[in-house]
Amino acid sequence: MNQTSTRITLTVNGGRVDETVECRKTLVDFLREDLGLTGSHVGCEHGVCGACTVRVDGSIVRGCLILAVQCDGAEVETIEGLSDSAEIADLQENFIARNALQCGYCTPGMLMAAAELLAEGGVPSREAIREYISGNYCRCTGYQAIVDAVEATARQRAGRTS
Amino acid sequence: MTGTAETGSAPGLLPIDRPNSYIGRSVPRPNLKRLVQGRGEYVSDIVLPRMAHVVFVRSPFAHARIVSIDAAEARRMPGVIAVVTGAELAKVITPWVGVLTHLKGLKSAPQHAIAIDRACWQGEAVAAVVARSRAEAEDAAECVQVDYEPLPVVADMETALDPDTPVIHPELGDNLAFERAHVAGDPQAGFDSADHVVETVFGFGRHTGVTLEPRAVVADYNPGEDRLTVYQGTQAPHMVQNLLAKHLDLPERQVRVVCKDVGGSFGIKVHIYADEMATAALSKLLRRPIKFVADRLESFLTDIHARDHRIKARIGVRNDGTITAIEIDDLTGIGPYSMYPRTSAIEANQVVNLVGGAYTCPNYKARARVVFQNKNVMCQYRAVGHPIATAVTEGLVDLAARTVGIDPVEIRRRNLIPDDAHPCASPAGLKFEALSHHASLEKLIAMMDYEGLRREQAALRARGIHRGIGIASFIEITNPGAAFYGVGGARISSQDGASVRLDATGAVIVHTSVTEQGQGTEAVIAQVVATAFGVPLERVRVILGDTDVTPYGGGTWASRGAGIGGEAAWQAGKALRANVLAAAGAMLQADPATLDIRAGVVVDADTGRERVDLAELARVVYFRPDTLPPGFQAEFMAVRHYVPRGYPFAFTNGVQASYLEVDVDTGFVKLLKHWVVEDCGTILNPQLVDEQIRGGVVQGIGAALFEHCLYDGDGQLRNGSMADYLVPMAGEIPDIAVGHCVSRTGDSELGAKGAGEAGTAGAPAAVMNAINDALAPFGARVTAMPFTPETILRAMGKL
Repeated sequence: MNQTSTRITLTVNGGRVDETVECRKTLVDFLREDLGLTGSHVGCEHGVCGACTVRVDGSIVRGCLILAVQCDGAEVETIEGLSDSAEIADLQENFIARNALQCGYCTPGMLMAAAELLAEGGVPSREAIREYISGNYCRCTGYQAIVDAVEATARQRAGRTS
Repeated sequence: MTGTAETGSAPGLLPIDRPNSYIGRSVPRPNLKRLVQGRGEYVSDIVLPRMAHVVFVRSPFAHARIVSIDAAEARRMPGVIAVVTGAELAKVITPWVGVLTHLKGLKSAPQHAIAIDRACWQGEAVAAVVARSRAEAEDAAECVQVDYEPLPVVADMETALDPDTPVIHPELGDNLAFERAHVAGDPQAGFDSADHVVETVFGFGRHTGVTLEPRAVVADYNPGEDRLTVYQGTQAPHMVQNLLAKHLDLPERQVRVVCKDVGGSFGIKVHIYADEMATAALSKLLRRPIKFVADRLESFLTDIHARDHRIKARIGVRNDGTITAIEIDDLTGIGPYSMYPRTSAIEANQVVNLVGGAYTCPNYKARARVVFQNKNVMCQYRAVGHPIATAVTEGLVDLAARTVGIDPVEIRRRNLIPDDAHPCASPAGLKFEALSHHASLEKLIAMMDYEGLRREQAALRARGIHRGIGIASFIEITNPGAAFYGVGGARISSQDGASVRLDATGAVIVHTSVTEQGQGTEAVIAQVVATAFGVPLERVRVILGDTDVTPYGGGTWASRGAGIGGEAAWQAGKALRANVLAAAGAMLQADPATLDIRAGVVVDADTGRERVDLAELARVVYFRPDTLPPGFQAEFMAVRHYVPRGYPFAFTNGVQASYLEVDVDTGFVKLLKHWVVEDCGTILNPQLVDEQIRGGVVQGIGAALFEHCLYDGDGQLRNGSMADYLVPMAGEIPDIAVGHCVSRTGDSELGAKGAGEAGTAGAPAAVMNAINDALAPFGARVTAMPFTPETILRAMGKL
């Protein structure tokens, strides 16, 4: 007999989650539909656009390319968690100040990717920032403002002024 | 580098020069904080009680008769609520025909929400499966057995009008949807007087918007009140309200359209699609909320495509660089139906209107033909017609310059309409109030250090590095009045409204009919009202996107939100100030004309002395009106509407430059830098204008280098996924410098024109001219977008 659902236990944004989930369900659908965490967005469902980017066990992944059942026992962090913990408050402030988002649909995924780059420390070059976020599509901004916001955050964190 | 130069405006105090003005300041958008926290509310996030999900069974053939549909197995699948065919759905929704009366001769065939008997493009819906979850609906959709009889496919627009090509809609007689011819001046005499006549053929591939949030709608028909509420990511809520009411046989007042956060639009979401109509109809049929969210694959198959023009063009030029005549012959394929309700003839019409529009040459001849084909529908996408017209015009001008040996900047100086010649009209009859072609060009040249770049280019060329500089001047239609749609019979408002109300704490609530899809509408409306009325920005709350509560209006498209919606908000803010000062005068026993409102306080206009705080005034008016003079009634709400009447459109202008490097061995293009100087009149929020320009430029770059919906001869889309269809990524895009000239429109007090499409209008032309500048030493030229490495190598004879 095929098993279509299974019970998983994981940590989402610091809280324990026990849910029965369809085996075929992607992580991003699980987060959005089962947990109501709609901050992670679905853009292409084939791993290209980056709108569903979330953090699993400390590394960013495409939420549409990983199944929820694969996250059994994992620690998952979403934009809601990063916002509430204020981990990326400075980056978010710079996104607002620089108008680094228009429609905002790519933004949670973009912030996830940028946060990972910033966590490496130092002040990456604009080219390095552009390269790092190339897996996150934005159709509104043309990217420059996003690069500005990430660069500004890196400089601030490095204790320099831009 | 940024900067602003004033041109053509009278000195002295303008009506918008208010104390503590927010006009012209880069204040942050109030809606960003929740969006960066992932706390926006997009349609795809919405869940309602009793809600079911619809998935459409779509035709795999570009043209096929639907012989039979067997849904028995699908109906037995888990969670399935209904499987509905086109014929069944037609009981609750009527078909439509996408024509407008002012586009004379435009014809199309009736289109159904779900195809009946025949599918006319790959991806057209032939049945709907409704289930408890989308996954269950998808499972069941795979079990719907459709028996198709493939029909001959009309794929190639070039042969669509041939006598032996099948006619897609036999009742229409042929595959010609629309044709327009225009002659101005004496084109023949113009060409006869030229020293050279050069011609070429331009191509503009089909591409599409790729909004990051796909189209999404939740339709909630409540049989308890015979009322339909539709949550939709749309640019035009009142238009959607009208169309749903009309085709679902509901009074318009019984249809409410709510538009919350929208994940990208760009013109993709200014239309009504058959599957969206079907979703609303299913809700009425099944008496429960139905949610439709397109997946990315069906987005590529069904979101409107744009462009797909082939234009034969020629230009006459004298040895001194004077342009003597321009002629174009445009052919465009629009799919099997003219899109509803804005029609698919507008883009070709725009091309005819816009070509040559920046130049003094009076001799112009144009023909445009719009043909049906069995591909996805085509319609208005950001900068409708502008990128095409600009690339044709600017490509021809560069060709003329090269032919007579004049620098591209110099030939533009000699032919662009002089700044002091305004107001004036173009050969196509466009009326220009005040444009700044020359000031913009000179500013651009300074920003980019044109001469320095030319020297760098020459030095590098000697070392085998091939860089190119491309210039493109352009005009842009903004702030459209009724001439676009209203005169043709479409119930799409050209006026917009704003209501403003002072609440009991001294804060201002604004309702506006223009909408927000990320441009910053909310911020700009707040800035305008705060300035006009006289309160700190944080005391203004803007509400938009709900046909039940906002004034009636057109929405946000065609670069009209700030110029039209902003002016309505400005006038409403002024009206509320007058009302509130009347109350203050009554309370203070003062002449209202001697009072003003500044920073939320009623003051003496002359001295600025504080008289009463708005919160205190509001307290008295709302809770102690008994203390006001007998007979005085305060009115703390004001409504104003606005539509430009002086000019049919507020034209803007600008010029762009691209600097890039072509790898002549691989054909790859590396963009190095891009510059824009744009003139959108009064700049309400410089940061938002610049970001509109930058985002628009990058979409234009996408058209020039990457984006292409590739169809085969059977009308099958070959690259309809995000992995195969290329959109610009961060790593391939250069920094973009934006500067401004300011020629206000006198049609409004704000003087603001639109800026949303200027970037897209000019960028493809600038990139094309830069590539051809780089390829000049090889005698090679590319004119068919997108310019892939392959097309460049072919042009160079290397493939």
